[in-house]
Amino acid sequence: MAKVHVTTTINGEPMEFLCEPGDTMLDALRGTLNLTGSKEGCASGDCGACSITLDDRLICSCLMLAVESQDHEIRTIEGMAQGEKLHPLQQKFLEMAALQCGICTSGMLVASDALLRKNPKPSEEEVRFWLAGNLCRCTGYDKIVRAVMETAAEMRAQ
Amino acid sequence: MTELRYLAPDTLDEAIGAFAKAGSAARILAGGTDLLVQMRSGVLRPGVIVDIKKIPEMTAIEQTADGGFRIGAAVSGMALAEHKTFGKAWPGVLEAVNLIGSKQVQGRASAGGNLCNGSPAGDSVPAMVAAGAVVTVQGPDGRREMKVEDVPAGPGRTNLKPGEILVSFTLPPRPPGSSDAYLRMIPRTEMDIAVVGVGVSLTIKDGTVTAARVGLGAVAPTVLLVEDAAEALIGSKLDDAALAKAAAACSAACRPIDDKRGTIAYRTRVAGVLLKRTAAIAAKRATGK
Repeated sequence: MAKVHVTTTINGEPMEFLCEPGDTMLDALRGTLNLTGSKEGCASGDCGACSITLDDRLICSCLMLAVESQDHEIRTIEGMAQGEKLHPLQQKFLEMAALQCGICTSGMLVASDALLRKNPKPSEEEVRFWLAGNLCRCTGYDKIVRAVMETAAEMRAQ
Repeated sequence: MTELRYLAPDTLDEAIGAFAKAGSAARILAGGTDLLVQMRSGVLRPGVIVDIKKIPEMTAIEQTADGGFRIGAAVSGMALAEHKTFGKAWPGVLEAVNLIGSKQVQGRASAGGNLCNGSPAGDSVPAMVAAGAVVTVQGPDGRREMKVEDVPAGPGRTNLKPGEILVSFTLPPRPPGSSDAYLRMIPRTEMDIAVVGVGVSLTIKDGTVTAARVGLGAVAPTVLLVEDAAEALIGSKLDDAALAKAAAACSAACRPIDDKRGTIAYRTRVAGVLLKRTAAIAAKRATGK
């Protein structure tokens, strides 16, 4: 099969890769590009574990073809920490134990980051609605929501 | 298995040429939130995918000369929400579009895809019907316009002709005292499909309804325009008798299915209840009260 050559930007770095026309962005990230932080949960857009941003908009990477990233900007969980320095959300998730098995965590973090960039002062209800597309089977959501609220408050104070 | 080809033309003419040439093996890719799921589950195995998002007209939101709006078929819900004035003019259409799936899905999913997917429960469709939106479609035989309510042909089917592509929605200008609303009934707080969806658009002058349109979703094989409900509202002051008559018209229009989300009796009753609630929200917005 003829592979397609794609030129894109991932986490601020120019990238090139080859993919099949039917490969999803998630396939390309996890397989070809070895960026395995985005997780494959449902592969149908229901669980949010593969959340990334495309030109600063939150999306599921399982619902996008890899070829569609041509000339666009992708951000993944791998782009969230600055070197060894964790993003405030990542730090807070650790401190407040806002995770158990961790499968949903990268998607939760990417989604929460997208929310706080858009709305630095969300209400708890807004956080819960925003994260409705991210499923978690073990924390029961409360710790996650609290961690997002607390991070938002701390980031505003700085 | 035949090889899948991906095309992302820059012009509508190229897209129509490629789409028509590939025939039934071709699928249009806008947000892809339905198409990729159907491909993944094996329901669809397209030979050619035509991505329409590089065509400027498909992703544009613009005010028309007469004060209406033209929305490209591939505009995502999130892009519509970010537009400065659209949500002020058409809050009901915007809230309907932003009930489609999660924030992740809204980052991609378009009203065009929602309509062409042909689901009777598509959230944006009843609101677009209530808005009196018209779609522009273009195919090998040229351009034509259709009312939104004429597009769905049944579950998963549309009245677009082979080779035709949905290009944009045009929403009319609004006289003063106009607004709209959309409500849906779902079993969970969010992230489920509609058991019933009602869109209402109203124009109110000196307390009296001078124009109304009602769109009803998830209660028939296609989304419905309920003219009897609109007629019951027009000329009224949205008093109880008028609302009861409009609600009864909505219930009478229902030809729903029984499924795990709701029985026929439940959907039929809820259609009337939601009409009253949606009309109240639209009226409040229209009068600023």
